[in-house]
Amino acid sequence: MDLTELLKIANAERNKQKSIRVHCCTSTGCQAANSLSVKNNLATAVKESGLSDRVEVVGVGCMGFCGRGPLVQIDPEDTLYEEVTPEDAPSIIDALNGGVVKPIQGDSQHPFFARQMRIVRQNTGKVDPESIEEYIAVGGYQSLYKAIYDLTPTEIVQEISKSGLRGRGGGGYPTGLKWATVAKMAGEQKYVICNGDEGDPGAFMDRSVLESDPHLVLEGMAIAGYAVGANHGYIYVRAEYPLAIQRLQKAIQQAKRYGILGSQIFESPFDFKIDIRIGAGAFVCGEETALIQSIEGKRGNPVPRPPYPAESGLWKWPTLINNVETLANIAAIIREGADWYSSIGTENSKGTKIFALTGKIRNNGLIEVPMGISLREIVEEMGGGVPEGEIKAVQTGGPSGGCIPASMLDIPVDYDSLSKIGSMMGSGGMVVMDRATSMVEVAQFYMEFCREESCGKCVPCRAGTVQLDALLTKIVNKKATMDDLTKLEALCQMVKDTSLCGLGITAPNPVLSTLRYFKEEYLELIQANNLDVSLTS
Amino acid sequence: MSVRTLTINNIPVAIEEGATILEAAKEAGVTIPTLCHLEGVSDVGACRLCLVEVENINKLLPACVTQVTEEMVVHTNTPKLQEYRRMAVELIFAEGNHVCAICVANGNCELQDAAIQVGMDHTRFPYRFPDRHVDVSHSQFGIDHNRCILCTRCIRVCNEIEGAHVWDVAQRGENCYIASGLSQPWGEVEACTSCGKCVDACPTGAIFRKGTTSAEKQRDRAKLEFVVNAREKQEWTR
Repeated sequence: MDLTELLKIANAERNKQKSIRVHCCTSTGCQAANSLSVKNNLATAVKESGLSDRVEVVGVGCMGFCGRGPLVQIDPEDTLYEEVTPEDAPSIIDALNGGVVKPIQGDSQHPFFARQMRIVRQNTGKVDPESIEEYIAVGGYQSLYKAIYDLTPTEIVQEISKSGLRGRGGGGYPTGLKWATVAKMAGEQKYVICNGDEGDPGAFMDRSVLESDPHLVLEGMAIAGYAVGANHGYIYVRAEYPLAIQRLQKAIQQAKRYGILGSQIFESPFDFKIDIRIGAGAFVCGEETALIQSIEGKRGNPVPRPPYPAESGLWKWPTLINNVETLANIAAIIREGADWYSSIGTENSKGTKIFALTGKIRNNGLIEVPMGISLREIVEEMGGGVPEGEIKAVQTGGPSGGCIPASMLDIPVDYDSLSKIGSMMGSGGMVVMDRATSMVEVAQFYMEFCREESCGKCVPCRAGTVQLDALLTKIVNKKATMDDLTKLEALCQMVKDTSLCGLGITAPNPVLSTLRYFKEEYLELIQANNLDVSLTS
Repeated sequence: MSVRTLTINNIPVAIEEGATILEAAKEAGVTIPTLCHLEGVSDVGACRLCLVEVENINKLLPACVTQVTEEMVVHTNTPKLQEYRRMAVELIFAEGNHVCAICVANGNCELQDAAIQVGMDHTRFPYRFPDRHVDVSHSQFGIDHNRCILCTRCIRVCNEIEGAHVWDVAQRGENCYIASGLSQPWGEVEACTSCGKCVDACPTGAIFRKGTTSAEKQRDRAKLEFVVNAREKQEWTR
């Protein structure tokens, strides 16, 4: 396979595609809402209406508006249909012939779509994730070709550094610096790991990327492998994402068949193979050292850093470990250049970020927005606000993040602004809460989550989260005293400062941030206890 | 071999490159409380008692696994560290079922020692009273999970010195326990050589010799060091 052949495949695929494409979402969310039957009925309707010569029905990845699934979109006229039932299918096809459709048409110009900027999700919802030809037709794998033939590994690392890309898994570590470290390490064997162990409650960005555009991640990994000198990659996906695993497996096979993965990629001396490893249900395995232990077949316990994986990672070899979304940015940066990428976003946070908008919000789903957009724009304009009443807070960063009060909605969404106010970017979960939500209960929910997900290795996280959960439960049940609140604050600080890995270090964040912005709710519940005591005594 | 110089609690120390802060502290005559650390086996940094403050580093570092660097300025006993250590020991006591009065290790227990060292006379956290078990299926030894603090020393001596890998951790979080074999009764684990190293390694009375009663547990800790020295340095006399 060389560039001419790649372009030939792209051309052939483009010529094969019919002038009208009916896109039907086949991602997990829409599948659960019966989108596969919708797709079948659409295909039957096309056949029966005799439009087969110019219309085709294509199963595509996530279109983002998951709360209104199943979604059907007509390309190129850009009509969007929401909450489509299998019975609606004939009328949608009929509309292509000038018929009238039942009123299920959505607004594709809604701020939810119009405000987005798609880099990672540029192909999702447009290409069939199970077809490598469709990916190639939209320019896929040309970045890998460019990386191998037009750039040196050092130039690639420089390009990524210059782009300002930072880790999308939550930490926000500069990606270029990580790549440079691994590239500079001596070692006859190196590895690239893609961290797809997304586990924050309410977050499903990585699942959607893996399900909707698996080749984009594979291409990013192969470029990373070439840049750092690795010839073997692992994708670590949680077992709860069966569709993502299935599509990745298919994608790897297809890429191998074309000589885009495996030995002598694009007939160059560069070899890169990718294997999939499936998680067994532990949240802590999203922590890089625990993830590496898990790939090695050991118990998924974190180990102290340093040494960092870049120095001594998988089987003690230098290892580059990046999140799904980070790797999905790579192809675009190589294609369009670092200057283009760094023109998007804020000074220290470049590019775009995908968020999963969930909770008490009208428009549930996935959005990709440029860094620096205000939280208010995301929640109120794109998300349409809460269905009833007012917004109280937005939780970002999952169990490691914090709750941002409605009064601070105008802050720009970037790494530094969020951590300054006690929350964090995290992997991109964004849970909106209305006035009816008790913030103490929210804090207790996340603490319970961390307690259950603690691996049990270090004392503060194993025993501390148990006591924190107990204290929060006591407060929620109106049984607590001011003394308990003092204990809660002291223990939060201790668990944060002394835990071994990120899980324990960040576990108190939801408590600390709600204590910071909603302390009166804690005090009210404690006072309610004192009232009970005085009434009964 | 190159040497690093640093100060620990304002005491200057010179020590070979690659040594840990814990080793340097020992050299300087500074005691840092530890529980999961055991001479002769690898370190895991799990108990967090040995955390120290290093100037110009904004997080606490475990002394057992942190290598010294040139001109490092270490503080091992600041008020913050004292408070955190005390709280960690409180958490350990509240987590298991530790009843000193009826324990084989009473008076000879590293958890007791740690409590005295950090000044913990009571725990401010409610006892969890977990439902844990005792396994006395082995002909010579027993394991009482009520007294276990999950330091994983037994796992490491069995793995790294005896090479039998009888022990491992099962479950996660608060439900963790030390499992023998494939979570079988200890007496049925064929891999066990009955060497007793785990008894010597255990800091509390969790793993004990059958027949010992309250306050009778003795440890031959020097044996572990002897075995390691014998293998590594070929010193076969004790």
